[in-house]
Amino acid sequence: MNFRYLPMTESDRREMLQVLGRDSVDQLFEDIPENLRFKGRLNIPEGMSEPVLTRHMKRLAGKNASFDQYTSFLGAGAYEHYIPSVVNHVISRSEFYTAYTPYQPEISQGELQAIFEFQSMICELTGMEVANSSMYDGVTALAEAAGVASAVSRKKKILVSRTVHPEARFILNTQAKGLGLDVQEIPCRDGVTDIDALKAASDADTAAVIVQSPNFLGNVEDLKQIEPIAHTHKGLLIVSANPISLGVLKPPGEYGADIVVGDAQPMGIPVQFGGPHCGFFAVTKKLMRKVPGRIVGQTQDENGVRGFVLTLQAREQHIRREKATSNICSNQALNALATSVWMIALGKKGIQELAKLNLNKAHYAKERLSRISGVQPLFNHPFFNEFALQLNRPVSQVNRKLFDRGIIGGYGLEQDYPEWKHSMLIAVTDMRTKEEIDELARVLEGLV
Amino acid sequence: MSEAKSLIFEMSQPGRTAYSLPESDVPEVDVSGVLPEEMIRTSPAELPEVSELDLIRHYTELSRRNHGIDNGFYPLGSCTMKYNPKINEDVARYPGFAHIHPYQPEETVQGALQLMYELQKDLAAITGMDRVTLQPAAGAQGEWTGLMMIKAYHESRGDTKRYKVIVPDSAHGTNPASATVAGFEAVTVQSNEKGLVSVEDLKQVVGEDTAALMLTNPNTLGLFEQEIKEIADIVHQAGGLLYYDGANANAILGKSRPGDMGFDVVHLNLHKTFTTPHGGGGPGSGPVGVKDVLVPFLPAPVVEKGDQGYFFSYDFPKSIGRVKGFHGNFGMLVRAYTYIRTMGPDGLRRVSEDAVLNANYLMKRLEPYFDVPYPEVCKHEFVLSGNRQKKEGVRTLDMAKRLLDFGIHPPTVYFPLIIEECMMIEPTETESKETLDRFIEAMIQIAKEAKESPEIIQEAPHNTQVSRLDEVTAARKPIVRWHKN
Repeated sequence: MNFRYLPMTESDRREMLQVLGRDSVDQLFEDIPENLRFKGRLNIPEGMSEPVLTRHMKRLAGKNASFDQYTSFLGAGAYEHYIPSVVNHVISRSEFYTAYTPYQPEISQGELQAIFEFQSMICELTGMEVANSSMYDGVTALAEAAGVASAVSRKKKILVSRTVHPEARFILNTQAKGLGLDVQEIPCRDGVTDIDALKAASDADTAAVIVQSPNFLGNVEDLKQIEPIAHTHKGLLIVSANPISLGVLKPPGEYGADIVVGDAQPMGIPVQFGGPHCGFFAVTKKLMRKVPGRIVGQTQDENGVRGFVLTLQAREQHIRREKATSNICSNQALNALATSVWMIALGKKGIQELAKLNLNKAHYAKERLSRISGVQPLFNHPFFNEFALQLNRPVSQVNRKLFDRGIIGGYGLEQDYPEWKHSMLIAVTDMRTKEEIDELARVLEGLV
Repeated sequence: MSEAKSLIFEMSQPGRTAYSLPESDVPEVDVSGVLPEEMIRTSPAELPEVSELDLIRHYTELSRRNHGIDNGFYPLGSCTMKYNPKINEDVARYPGFAHIHPYQPEETVQGALQLMYELQKDLAAITGMDRVTLQPAAGAQGEWTGLMMIKAYHESRGDTKRYKVIVPDSAHGTNPASATVAGFEAVTVQSNEKGLVSVEDLKQVVGEDTAALMLTNPNTLGLFEQEIKEIADIVHQAGGLLYYDGANANAILGKSRPGDMGFDVVHLNLHKTFTTPHGGGGPGSGPVGVKDVLVPFLPAPVVEKGDQGYFFSYDFPKSIGRVKGFHGNFGMLVRAYTYIRTMGPDGLRRVSEDAVLNANYLMKRLEPYFDVPYPEVCKHEFVLSGNRQKKEGVRTLDMAKRLLDFGIHPPTVYFPLIIEECMMIEPTETESKETLDRFIEAMIQIAKEAKESPEIIQEAPHNTQVSRLDEVTAARKPIVRWHKN
């Protein structure tokens, strides 16, 4: 079998071995102790030719029900939105995708400038002053934010609303075990953070208050009331936001948030079974030197020409080693690039129009579905593009029936919130048509 | 000659658009009717307004100012900048992989689960481990995941006094940082004169407080830790566990397995060893393999196979919990799986053989011109020291910049920290002998220039779009975003 990625010929090999004064490549592995040399063949399937492999991969992909064949109302942290064609074309330029972190700025100005523009647009959207070049995803960014808050305040107590994405809270708890954080959950009342409970829990030991808005249940949180609770005792306010919602919602920065995190996935990144997505991390100017991960800064070259470099590196693991407050090295740069292209394509006007379209569709859907007998809205709060419905039978049962009719139903809330039995979280984005929403209503009418 | 490229914001003209959205087919809501006035955004985000062609020309120009593997040689040590196969990119974009939701019922995503299940098994076979989690998003997250499992393991045994993680002085910066983030104290073990972990020093450092030793093998000098068995015994006898940093796994595929060396936990970097693209900094993927003793602590879920097909198993009673949203960087898993199926067992073995041959060839050919701290035999990478050139007034940084004039990405420089004026060179197996010879010629020319006309090197680069950049001012007076006006 030939290997198209391996260019070395037999005569190359002979020549090179001759230079080395060796008879065989095996001699180059003699520094591995005899008993540690792997003697057999790796127990993995045989290599495939390109046509055979293509067929195999198509067959595997074909075993999955994709949004191209089914109408999806599933969100819960990963959303199907409009992605202009230009996004994939730009990120397919291999000058970008086959490069690594821009350590050599003279031959990496393209990536560096693209990140600088990403940082700027994330700041614009969130209303913050500084953003980094990306994090793994929104939920790990939230856990990192808790770490920053603890390091800055030298306090350990983290108050996190129970309306924050369940996976974000799981990861925060894992992270807390390493950092020694004391994570306390604030209950929710009527689908939003219980303000009184938050007030009662917040004290001089509180490093941060973490909320998500729109929250996991789709409801917009009252950040105006939450902000002073976080700040009264000199804790930080950390807000996780859906970036597209910021086309219409007041950005967390304007409420006085100290750290804004979230996932850029809705902006140009396919859902792809949950990853890779792209976390963003934005802060006030005051916290600039506490941000984890890479940051790009503007400077000049020897001729006074504007250029860009990785900067404030004294924060990072490769300099600080065990004194670093974060261990992040690789990030999600290519997805940040996708998001940049998306934000530019949509532009100042498009993001507002798109946010409005989401608002229209979701409000139409909620009103339409709530008219079905056996279906009730679970909450009555301002929301963006996602809302919860109470059904009269198990969500999994309903979803199986919906699937038979070509519909991927919503997320069953009961697994994370046992008090809401038979409750379904439904996302209605710009991708859904009136016809599809009406079809969902018709099918549901026959089921409940 | 230097020339600036305008920012996308500077190209913006009110009224231009590069998007196309449908008219609303449902009734328009009145925003102030559905949202309280004070929650509504009043000042729009200043995103650029450009046409589609403006956008494309902007990024085409930016891409011309960027060097990737597809542009030329990229021997960046410890990063394994090998060719990123095109078929991987195509496959990851199939709708059946790209347009599926992580919360869809398992029976509707059997292809994705099968892929994950088989990849778990393949990676276990390659590393000699028992089980694998695909959740971690990158190598550093894999390290942290592994250390959190080690922490949970000790605690589950009531062994609560183990707070130290030992890392060699040649370790990647992420190792000590991950130890700190996982709540341990990082302590250093010295290298000996051969560039390997000093067993003597290890015996001094190890003790009842040792939680783990983190090791890269071959290490960051490109040397195989020959005494690994003894090292493993010392750590295990003290009650600690062994962590394998898989950054350098490209040297040992089918040649040696961390599981056989005595390691308890392993992470792999799919974006290094298994050809998923580095993307300008990410996304990566950092699966973690463990021996049986650590299986109960794996982050759930892990994909398993049952009578009804593939499913997510959450049956890990002592799980450290989730480390990453959803199911890890699935798109990267698709690419790595495609690569492993392309190569098979014979192909992967040849990958490491060719990678090692290439590195040794480079080292041998460059030996007359540069100081080679460890000239015996290397694995997939090796280090040079620029000390000889430093005496001529030329620093390693200068030589790195001079390489740019040859269209070559410089090696990793000034790392590992234990080598002065270090250049760490990793050619990978996907480069031809001709490319290696061109690199050798460039390096020989640079060595000559260092003696005869050092200013050429000191003033390099000469052919790039910008000259050396002022990093000091960038850090002292940071400008990290564009502002309107």
